[in-house]
This record gives sequence, C-alpha cells and structure tokens, in this order.
Amino acid sequence: MNAAWNGFKKGLWQDTVDVHDFIKLNYTEYTGDDKFLVGPTDASVKLNEMFIDLLAKEKENGGVLEIDTEVVSSVNSHGPGYLDASLEQIVGLQTDAPLKRGFHPFGGIKVAKKAAESYGFQINEKFDEIFSKYRKTHNDGVFDAYNDEILEARHSGVITGLPDAYGRGRIIGDYRRVALYGVDFLIKERQKDLAKLKYPFSEKVIRQREEISDQIRSLRGLIDLGHAYGFDLSRPATNAKEATQWLYLAYLGAVKEQNGAAMSLGRTSTFLDIYFERDLKAGLITEVEAQEIIDHFILKLRMVRFARTPEYNDLFTGDPTWVTESLAGMQSDQKTSYVTKSTFRYLHTLYNLGTSAEPNLTVLYSENLPENFKRYAARVSIDTSSIQFENDDLMRPKHGEDYAIACCVSPMAVGKEMQFFGARANLAKALLYSLNGGKDELSGHQVAPEGTVYEDDYLDYDQVMARYDQTLEWLAEVYVNTLNVIHYMHDKYAYEALEMALHDVDVIRNFATGVAGLSVVADSLSAIKYAKVKPIYDECGLIVDFKTEGDFPMYGNNDDRVDDIAVNLTKSFIAKLQKHTAYRDGVITMSVLTITSNVVYGKKTGNTPDGRRKGMPFAPGANPMHGRDRSGALNSLLSVAKLPFACCADGISNTFTIVPHALGKDELYSFDNALVVEPKVDNLVSIFDGYFNSGGHHLNVNVLLREKLLDAIENPSLYPNLTIRVSGYAVNFALLTDEQKRDVISRTFHDTI
Amino acid sequence: MTPSKLTVRGNVYAIERMGMFDGPGVRYVLFLQGCPFKCKFCHNRDSWSTADNKIMTVEDVIRDYKKYQAFYKKGGITVSGGEPLLQLDFLIALFETCQAEGIHTTLDTSGGLFTLANKEKYDALLKVTNLVLLDIKHIDNEEHKVLVGTQNTHILDFARHLSEHKIPTYIRHVLIPGITLDAYYLEKLRAFLDTLTNVVKIEILPYHTKGIRKWKALGLEYPLSGSREPTKEEVRFAEDILIKDYHFARY
Repeated sequence: MNAAWNGFKKGLWQDTVDVHDFIKLNYTEYTGDDKFLVGPTDASVKLNEMFIDLLAKEKENGGVLEIDTEVVSSVNSHGPGYLDASLEQIVGLQTDAPLKRGFHPFGGIKVAKKAAESYGFQINEKFDEIFSKYRKTHNDGVFDAYNDEILEARHSGVITGLPDAYGRGRIIGDYRRVALYGVDFLIKERQKDLAKLKYPFSEKVIRQREEISDQIRSLRGLIDLGHAYGFDLSRPATNAKEATQWLYLAYLGAVKEQNGAAMSLGRTSTFLDIYFERDLKAGLITEVEAQEIIDHFILKLRMVRFARTPEYNDLFTGDPTWVTESLAGMQSDQKTSYVTKSTFRYLHTLYNLGTSAEPNLTVLYSENLPENFKRYAARVSIDTSSIQFENDDLMRPKHGEDYAIACCVSPMAVGKEMQFFGARANLAKALLYSLNGGKDELSGHQVAPEGTVYEDDYLDYDQVMARYDQTLEWLAEVYVNTLNVIHYMHDKYAYEALEMALHDVDVIRNFATGVAGLSVVADSLSAIKYAKVKPIYDECGLIVDFKTEGDFPMYGNNDDRVDDIAVNLTKSFIAKLQKHTAYRDGVITMSVLTITSNVVYGKKTGNTPDGRRKGMPFAPGANPMHGRDRSGALNSLLSVAKLPFACCADGISNTFTIVPHALGKDELYSFDNALVVEPKVDNLVSIFDGYFNSGGHHLNVNVLLREKLLDAIENPSLYPNLTIRVSGYAVNFALLTDEQKRDVISRTFHDTI
Repeated sequence: MTPSKLTVRGNVYAIERMGMFDGPGVRYVLFLQGCPFKCKFCHNRDSWSTADNKIMTVEDVIRDYKKYQAFYKKGGITVSGGEPLLQLDFLIALFETCQAEGIHTTLDTSGGLFTLANKEKYDALLKVTNLVLLDIKHIDNEEHKVLVGTQNTHILDFARHLSEHKIPTYIRHVLIPGITLDAYYLEKLRAFLDTLTNVVKIEILPYHTKGIRKWKALGLEYPLSGSREPTKEEVRFAEDILIKDYHFARY
C-alpha cells in the first residue's frame, strides 16, 4: 500500500477512483459542541490584515486592483505568488500577485478585453489579433449559430443572463482526488479510459478522445503548477497540510484555467478531516495548527478573483465567485451525519477571519444532524448572516450522499454530475407577451410569434391561461435551443479540461434552466382569477397597464388559492422544457433563483396585472413579492415550501430576513444556577426543522435590522465587511449597486406582532 | 377526545404563530379576549373588553395549529391574554385536546382569578398544563392595588398551589423604574420565591412603552405616562437579587 495511505481503512477506493468510499470508511463523525475550537494565530491575524488592506485598495481602485494584460491564464501560466511566504501555511495565487486578476479570453475575446478596459487596463494588442483572427472564442461561436428569433428574445430580456459571453461555470471538479491519489494515478486512469474508446470513431467518440487528451494535458499542467510552489502533486498527499495544499492547488488550477460564473469548491471539510484526525492522533499537529491551516486555506478562497464586465456585475453583483463549499449532510441511514470537527473549523473561520461572502458556506441540513452542530450553525448564522442552508433530505435521495452545491442551489454528485448552466427565462414578461400577441410591451417589437392582442374589457382567467400556455410553449423551445447552442460552443471553445479531468469519464450532464418572476406571475394570475383586471391600451393598441378592482390572494401567505397557481406554473413549464432535446443528452432541470438579477429582470419588464409597476424589481428567487407576505414569517416560508423540488430540481431559493429581537429573548444573565439556554439559537433551529420538514429546499438567513442597512448606506466606512445573504449567495453590502441596496431594504423583514 | 370538547368556543383576541417569547421553543400563542385587571402598564389595552371578538372552537384552534406544527416540535401552544383564566372551560377543553394530540401546553396567566372555591376546575386544568408562566406584578399588596386595581393574595395563593402540585413554572416580573425597580420589593419578592419549589425560570421583563399607542387608539389616557424603560444595568441589578443562587427546580 502507498505510504501516504498508512492508517487508512482499506477499500475499493484504493484500486479505482472512489473518494466517497474513502470518506465513508475513514471519517470520524463529531457530535460534540464547539468548545474545542481555537482562535486565530498571530500569522493568521497578520495575513488577514494584509488581505483587508488589499481589499480597501481594490475598492479605492474602482473594484479591481490589477488585471494581467500580458499572459493568457491557464493551469500553469504563472510562477508562484504570495501574500507573505513566511507566514502562509497554504500557498498559491491565480497570478503572480494577490488580487491581480487573470486574463481569460476563451469565453469571448471582446468581453475579456472590455472587462480589462472598463477598469482602465489595456490587454496586449497581440491577443486581440490572435483571438479574433486565428483562434475563435466561445462568444463568437455562439453568435455564429444564433438565429434572429434568439437574438430578439435575448435582446428583449425574455431570456436573459445567458452564459454566451462569459464562462458558464457551475462545474465542480473533485479536487479531493488530487490529494488522495496524486496526479500520476489520475493520469494513468485517464489513459486507460482513452484506450477504451475504440472504433468506430464516431463524432461522439472523437470528441471524447480529444477531451480526454485535453484533460490529461491539464493534469500535467497541474503538476507544473505544484512544482512552481515546490510541491510534488504527482504523488498523494501524506499529511493534513499537504492534503489541504494539494486540494487547494487543484482548485487553483481550475480557477486559473476558467473564468466560470460559479467556481464552486465541492464538499471538502469531511474529506480533509480524515487527514487532520490522523495527524492529531499521531501528535503531528495541534488543534491550533489544524485551525491555522484551515484559516489560511479559507483566506485563499476569499482571494479568488475574475475580470468581469460592468454588465455582468449588474446581473451578479458584489464580485461573486461562488466558491461554494457544502458542509454536513447525513448518510442515507439517517443516523450518522457527515459532520466532523473540520466542519466546525470551516464555519469558525467566520469568527477567526471575520464575516465574508466567500467561500459560500452551505450547510446541507437535516433535522437528524447532531443537535450540537445544528445549534452551532444557527449561532453562526445569527452572528454573521453569511451562510445558507439547503435540504439534505430532499437532495440526497437523488444525488447520493456525496453531492455538493454548485453556485447557489444546484446539487450534483461530486465528480459524477456536472451541469450546463442556463440562466433564466422571464415568466412575467412571457405573460405580457401572451396578452400582446407576442409583441414586447416596452419596445413594441415582435418577439414571440405573432398573435392577437387580448381584446375584452376584463381579463378572463381561462382565456389568459390558454394564451399563456402557448407563449410558454414557444419560450421553452427557444430557450432550450439557445442553451444547446451555448453549450455546444462552450465545449468546443472554452472546455473545462481540468475540472472535467476531475470527474468520471461518463458523467450525467444536467441541463439547468431557470425562471424569474414566479411570484409576479402567481400574483398576476391570482388577480385575474379572483379580482377584476382591466387591460389598458396605448395608442398602438398594446396592453401597457392594468387596472385591478377588488382584492386577491397573494403568494407568500400560505393560501392555496394562489400558491397552487405558482406550483402549477413550475409543473407546466418544466414539462414544456422537457419536450425538447437537450444538447449532449442533458437532463433538463429548472431552478427558481435570480441571484441579484431580479433587479435587472424587473427593469426590463412592463407593468404587470399584480400591480407591480414597470421597471420595479421582481422578488428574488422564489420569494414572495416585497411586503405582500403579510401573514407572518411562517406563512411566508410555508408558501415557498410548497414549490415542488421534483419540478425545480436545480433549486428553489428563498431569502429570509428576520430582525434579531424577533428570534427570542437575549439571555442577559448567565448565573450558574439558571438554565443556560440560547433561545434565539434554538428558535432558529426550530425554523429550519419546520421549513425543511415542510419540503422547503433552500434558505438564506439574514438576522439583522433594516436600520442597520440604512445606516450602512449613510456611513459605509463603518460597515466595511457587512455581509448579507441575497438570493443564493452572500455579498458584501457595500458592493451592491444603489438600486440593489434599495431593493434589499424594501424586502420583508420579519418582526414580531 | 370527545367531540363535545372540540366544539367549546373561545373568544380570541389575537394569534401569534411564531411565538418566541412565551415559553420554550417556537410556539403558537393564542391570546384570549378579556381581562378583569387594570394593569397600568398593560401593553394590550384593547384586550380588556369581554365583548365577542374572534370566536374559535377548540377544533378551529387545533386545526390552525397543525398547519404550522412542523415548527413547534420543541415548542407547543401557549394561551395568554387578556386573562385566559376568564375562559376556564375553553382552556380546559383546549388543553385536554392538546394533551391527547401530544402538544405541549403553557398557560400564561396572572393567576389573579384563583380561589379554592373552584379548585376542581383548576385541578382539571393543571392536570393538562405542562408549564405555567406566572406574572407576579407586585409583591407588596398595597402597591399591587395601586398598579393593578386588585389585591395580590389570589396570585400568591396560586403560586403556592402550583408549587404544591409541582407544576413547572416560570415566574415573570415586569421591571418598572419607580414602581417595581426597588431593592426592598425585589428582596421581598425573592424571599417569597424562595418558599416555592417549582420555579424553573425567572424572567425579568423590562418595562417598555410600546403599548401606549393602543391606549391612545382607544382614546384613553396612558396611566403610567411618566415611566421610562429600565437600563441594562438596572435589569442586571434586579437579576442579581432575584436570580443569583436561586434553587431552580429541575423536572
């Protein structure tokens, strides 16, 4: 047996790549409390201060510190870079200097150039020539294949945010493989896979052979990257520090090779804990050293940066990288969890290094998780508003025990599933198209197929539904075909060789569509059904506004009359999407998630029958519209929990904001004789249990006062690190646009009666 | 449970479905309409009237509770007021039904209606009550009359009765500067609490002025208009007297 594996329980994992088998045989569940955790070392404090200084400089510099204009970023494009080599336990930067962003032309040369220019950097002219004349990029390929209909739909915003001009992301390499097996083993496995691909060399086989060769090349590049920092990644890691370093360099190789929208990390804490436990037991490290290694690793993840255009920032604000790390979760027997001491250590970095948007720490929640862990996670959530929770009991049956979240809410088995990210379709705009005979309510352009404008005095529910159904059929077809073009070209021109090298050869490809404006449409249809809605026409005969008489039930109040409309809409749209053939045998899924793009979608959508005015933001994700969930927090949660995960298998995002005092009393005293309880922590745990047992999929939790956010707008210097959860990720509040800040403040803050 | 129990009607003032303050865990808090006392610091002045407000049967309450029960695993139901003991029959029917359904029951009361004359009904109620939140407004009988309009003897009797019957109880005490924030009275209260053996928690509720708007809405003058909220230090001071080294009961 390989000496690196001394002390590990033997299993299948030794002969073939099977990280989950290794984890399950070797990890030690931890059911105790957080008392073992330790604070940061002097070195950690110093490095963190250096990082915070750099953040301030980055902000002063307009949001970008520096962009590399001379080197095309790849796995091994740069020599070593450090924050302070004498202090760092875990090393490695994307370029040669901290926060200096790499140049990634393969997603699209125009976009990469523009991203640099927007921040005052000029890329070397030769790249412009190379990638325009001699080497095509993804973005150009896509536009070669788009038709006019797609261009119109894209331009009007009925389909928006498409990854046709940026890297698609949402692919998680199994970075743990590098630590466990070393790269040589992985290359050998891939060479075997290649040898298996025999005649006839069909288009499919040829492509696979080429991709595997690219993967092997990337793996070799990873060995070079290791050498640059003085490590031999060709062999397995032999201790906890090496395992963390190997894993990090594998991830670093991925973020050097790809500027993907979401570059998620996977599920690493329990894996690494096996190494930490082995070293702690052998007396090779102390708890202080273990935490220091993890602190330094997490600090590196906080430093990941990509060059992006201002338009991208409008969609996904706050410079997110979605270094999502999935924590905890249960085994299928529901008795044993994957919580380890390192699960605690990861969360503890939010205290040792301060709150932060990245990495996007995500707790895979089950009521059966150890009580001590549930309470610790709830406390971290209350203290930091930096973490999110997703329903392990919903996802595990479909994706197995060893899955992770990509981006915000997208589950996938690590190394076995990937996804084709598909942004989202605007359901509210589609409703308006159905009333206006396919014409855009803002531009007057014919976007959907030509039909008649709705003509009665009042909108009739059945007639509207029949029209809407047709429009959605059209939208589904355009949408799936658009994504087919995008992912064909992305595979061709901007293939994620290293990330895919860290997958099995035969992967499941999820084809992840999404919807925006669900709550707007649910309330609009409810208004049409339960109140009287009169369409108002402009001089060209287009419906541009609505007059609503009477009351109608609104989504977010646990009222089936309207909640069922939302539920049925998700069922109907996914069924329409699934009628179409997805590229590369993709499994079509759907999410209800907007990230911060709910503001942009709203801006591009006219007046809607629910009373929402033209340009007003949509609610984020699956949230009820701001201020309409008037029946209290539980009813709001229960409405969202009704949306069926089976139809929205790519995730249903709910952002929940509650003021601190509404969660219960502050325990002001802690006399030894009094009951020592933390009512707020226990109550938040009860909310999680209630929401997830009711079928809720995802919950972003903010525990904060509206006044605090208002003050943060007035006095930004007092809140440099104020982190809040928005749809599916966390963001530094100061980095939001003014419009988005207003949007966040207008959302419902649940308070007591 | 018998069908007759399910049809008993209660007069409801309000419902809080995410109650985080009235007993352990997240709770369904049913506030009953009507209160015979006249606490000057009352923050729900509009709950005094016994006129019909929202009529709900036991069955209505249980059905509504069940919609949210996924959140109540560590909580349960709390009946508050008004003064819930005004609707004793409804309360008994509700709590008996809750017990049959495995729902933890908490009674939030001033206890001021307790007399040994209707002991049987009280015993029936306490048999199905898992926890009592007992408000002791003032330990001094004369001061109690000024503050609440009645004597405190029934309340203290009820406290002793609960102790004798080993009913787990939280003692709650509103801390009002100039009225209950007073070392003499706090020590006197502590001496009384020391005679009880069923107290699992003592909650000091800092007086707040949020109830004023409700008095105003009814066109009434707020009787404690001169009072202020206590400072953190004052709360700490009261805690030291009431809580430090107290022999809490463990059930």
